[in-house]
Amino acid sequence: MTTDTLTPHPEPPSLRDRLHWFQLDRRDFLKLCGGGLLVCLTSDVIHAQHHGGFREHPLPQEISAWLYISDKGVITVFTGKIETGQNARTSLAQQVAEELRADFNTISMVMGDTDLTPWDMGTFGSLTTPTMGPQLRKMAAAARQVLVEEAARRWSAQPNSLTVANGKVTNPKTSQSLAFGEITRGQKLTATVTDQPALTPATDWKIAGTPIPKVDGRAFVTGKHQYPSDIVRPGMLFGKVLRPSGFHATLVSVDTADAQRIPGVQIVRDGDFVGVVSDDLWTATRALSAIHAIWNVPPQPSNSNLFEYLRSHPESDGDESKNIASSEPPTIHSDVTLSQHYTVQYIAHAPLEPRAAVAEWNNGKLTVWTGTQRPFGVRDELAQAFRLPTSQVRVIMPDMGGAYGGKHTGECAVEAARLAKAASKPVKLVWTREEEFTWAYFRPAGWIEIRSGANHDGKIVAWQHDNYNSGPSCIESPYDIREQHTQFHPTQSPLRQASYRALAATANNFARESHMDELAHALNIEPLEFRLKNLADPRLRAVLQAASDRFGWGHSKSTPQTGFGLAIGTEKGGHVATCVAISVESDGGIRLRRIVQAWESGAIVNPNGLRNQMMGAVTMGIGGALSEAVEFSDGRILNPRFSQYHVPRFSNVPKIEIVLLDRKDLPSSGAGEIGIVGLAPAIGNAYFAATGTRLRSMPMLPGNLSQTSA
Amino acid sequence: MDEFRLHINDKELRISAPAEESLLFVLRNRLSMTGTKYGCGEGQCGACTVLIDGVARRSCLTSIESVGDAHVTTIEGLAPADGSLTPVQQAFLDEEAFQCGYCTSGMIVSATSLLRQHPQPTDTQITESMDGNICRCGTYRRIVAAIKRASKTETGSRI
Repeated sequence: MTTDTLTPHPEPPSLRDRLHWFQLDRRDFLKLCGGGLLVCLTSDVIHAQHHGGFREHPLPQEISAWLYISDKGVITVFTGKIETGQNARTSLAQQVAEELRADFNTISMVMGDTDLTPWDMGTFGSLTTPTMGPQLRKMAAAARQVLVEEAARRWSAQPNSLTVANGKVTNPKTSQSLAFGEITRGQKLTATVTDQPALTPATDWKIAGTPIPKVDGRAFVTGKHQYPSDIVRPGMLFGKVLRPSGFHATLVSVDTADAQRIPGVQIVRDGDFVGVVSDDLWTATRALSAIHAIWNVPPQPSNSNLFEYLRSHPESDGDESKNIASSEPPTIHSDVTLSQHYTVQYIAHAPLEPRAAVAEWNNGKLTVWTGTQRPFGVRDELAQAFRLPTSQVRVIMPDMGGAYGGKHTGECAVEAARLAKAASKPVKLVWTREEEFTWAYFRPAGWIEIRSGANHDGKIVAWQHDNYNSGPSCIESPYDIREQHTQFHPTQSPLRQASYRALAATANNFARESHMDELAHALNIEPLEFRLKNLADPRLRAVLQAASDRFGWGHSKSTPQTGFGLAIGTEKGGHVATCVAISVESDGGIRLRRIVQAWESGAIVNPNGLRNQMMGAVTMGIGGALSEAVEFSDGRILNPRFSQYHVPRFSNVPKIEIVLLDRKDLPSSGAGEIGIVGLAPAIGNAYFAATGTRLRSMPMLPGNLSQTSA
Repeated sequence: MDEFRLHINDKELRISAPAEESLLFVLRNRLSMTGTKYGCGEGQCGACTVLIDGVARRSCLTSIESVGDAHVTTIEGLAPADGSLTPVQQAFLDEEAFQCGYCTSGMIVSATSLLRQHPQPTDTQITESMDGNICRCGTYRRIVAAIKRASKTETGSRI
């Protein structure tokens, strides 16, 4: 077979604003653009990274690019994917061990190092399992074939008479055996894979498909794991960067005289970038606060006029392809029609480890250790920022402290590299929590309109779903609806926005599954029954059945104090159904009592890791559903602290039961994202069941009357 | 810069640092003990938790000057030198109560402090004493299970 590229996947709304323009950039760009169109150009650069990159980066077909087996039998696997808690380091190693017939413990993964691993677009879109899994399995199966052939040659035996197990090739007739390392003797496996070797079906898996514990667990519980922010280099200095007082600010004046007087401080100024370095973080921090800058911040929207803004500011970059319409809007003729709108606020990823980078220049070559989901994307950003060929930039991604779609970009890496260049020494830069909350990017806010029609027999006949700004992910209804019209309307965004776990699937699913509940009540049909009447997809029916069975759906009736709700969703090969029980507290607030979630994403690679991902997705979903919202006004974030921005804590998380359906007959899909989409609508539906009040805005804050309508 | 004599993980260490600098940054940047993590700098996330005289404290809000003669234990100092793990560390490993692991140091130190005060904590005690620790990956239920598992470890073994 020919291996060319992994399947491209549409990326979320692109990031338009770079945080800094160095002198060199601005001069060059102004020259290029004749004095304008800066925004347009940067957008194209990012666009090219996401889409054009594939043609430029065919996947290597030599086994040696992906696998190396030392003379001691240590198997090193190279992948541009990264590990940030989602368990890819373990699950990919399991798949390689499976196809090679090697001991799991002999596998060592090299991940996200741009000098060592094949080019990779990035770790997002739930793509590691469905694309990198098969890619590495293919290379491992081909490597096993090569090992068998070499052993057969040495023994003058028929290759198909030999067996392979536990990292050894054996000749059953002679009882001779050779360990993999004895066969390779540390030589590279130079074979090129030109056909598709037979892969082991999931029904025969012995290593993949099992709950192997996450690798590096011992390093986590002893504090020994080195995260990006833990990296130390010889002679390393500490950096800090001056931040504008608001978004889209221009620097009017800056006075660094006081800071410069502090011993051991170097001030770095380049265009609108101002930073400091010192051999000690305390001094660098003090110097930063001694810089007096005046910024001009233009007036900007705030939460109070956010949705009005989104609806009145369509995207005007002329890219019609972004305006995805599936058909003409239906004229609805039905017994019951409904029209409602739903909103979601901007939320922050808030990974517990903020952006961090250590940058080091050696003879014109730049090396940066940084936390990112896109090491090769960050390499390109650095190459562009410093006018270097990509061969002169190396990005290394030590397994980092959380990302959730929030670490696609290289702001911190670029800043650390600029400081290190000026200092001629390695520089570490770790963003503060406030910087992370303010200068990272956000999950898009959105305004969603749904119009629907259904007949008294319970069949939905028409459906129209319009999403403004938050995105097209999961916008198509999985229900069987004759006339369906969905449209994503890109708009201008008051805040810098991009990827977040599950993208817009959370928002679109919240709107659709809330609306389904509204329609069920309008028709006076029980919500589970109403869904089943309109749902043919057997995989969704199966998870819905599994979740409602475990939950005991229908066994108890909702009361004014206790509500039960359910929701389903599917995207990227994941199928989810969520049932929740809530109580309405004396202050009107929502308290989660129990969550049951059923999940199916094909053959399970690691049930233990998958269960952990599901629990994590549900738990993270609690924040967006009930408490998280970025408050902003005039280019400033008003709640950039954990004391003001409320992420889920122990006290917010009830008993969670996860039911996993293992479909060994289906290819494995990614599972890091879509487990988040069922929770919010299930909560809203449970609240309605208890109180008769519908909550149509995320986060759902019943106390806030502007957010609710009867 | 001032000179300080600190008792960290049963060792006496001399360092020079500004008196107001946080114990967190002294540990991480002057003593290269990076197991203790920065998460917020305002005592809201628990990633920086250490034991001071056996009780969980936020090292980001503890100035180096205020430590005095107290004994500081970090994640690196919990386990005995023979390479074994404490019951809490072992329970986190057994329950796989982490994903990215960045909160784990603070969680384990906080749980250790809790179990020393309440060897058989109730659900309410666990929630109340752990609520200042954030796990953004959302492994709270597994952490609760790990704490319960550790609490069932034979009495007399070292928490």
